[in-house]
Amino acid sequence: MDVLYFAWVRERIGLPKEKVTTEAATVADLVAELRAREDRYDLAFSDLSALRVAVDQELTDFDASIKGAREVAFFPPMTGG
Amino acid sequence: MRIVVQEAPFDFGAEAETFASGRHDMGAIVTFTGVVRDFGNGTLDAMEIEHYPGMTQKALEAIAEEARTRWSLGDVLVIHRYGRMEPSEKIMMVATAAPHRKDAFEAAEYLMDYLKSRAPFWKKEHATTGETNWVAAKDEDEDALSRW
Repeated sequence: MDVLYFAWVRERIGLPKEKVTTEAATVADLVAELRAREDRYDLAFSDLSALRVAVDQELTDFDASIKGAREVAFFPPMTGG
Repeated sequence: MRIVVQEAPFDFGAEAETFASGRHDMGAIVTFTGVVRDFGNGTLDAMEIEHYPGMTQKALEAIAEEARTRWSLGDVLVIHRYGRMEPSEKIMMVATAAPHRKDAFEAAEYLMDYLKSRAPFWKKEHATTGETNWVAAKDEDEDALSRW
């Protein structure tokens, strides 16, 4: 699946998008896998209360299933308007 | 209903005039426009707005559709820019048309509250010193949603 990062999450991890092959069942499982990779991921995901997630471009929460998902995006709370 | 996400500036006057024209059954048109605001001492060089291209349009459409189910509206317009903007540039506008003003005002406020916290835009301030800062979401912005 494609994993996307926006705003300071993108800057902290150092890339906007990457392909990830995973057997993770939920967003939280995927986060755990990413955190185990490298310090920059661990740092970016250290406080989940400061993050939001969208699965296939719909806002959801970290307990959500990602089975069959094409796209998971992580970003800070939105600041539009 | 028209939802536009673009990098280029928009002509607020022309958009408002077009939106307000030729409506024989709409007694109220409300417009709101958001502007890049300096910190008050000339230290903001620019505001940069990032967005999530695949999701932004859909999220704005969903918010506008929800407004149309809650209020009696004839039409809704949302224009939101992304990219780099300097102080005094217009970031976005919403317009609502309704038979009566209460619906037009409330729906415009609803649209603003939701697109501030539920549409995938992120603001980054560029100070004249070269420092940058991602604007943090405010608790009051999240709290504003609970009144609807």
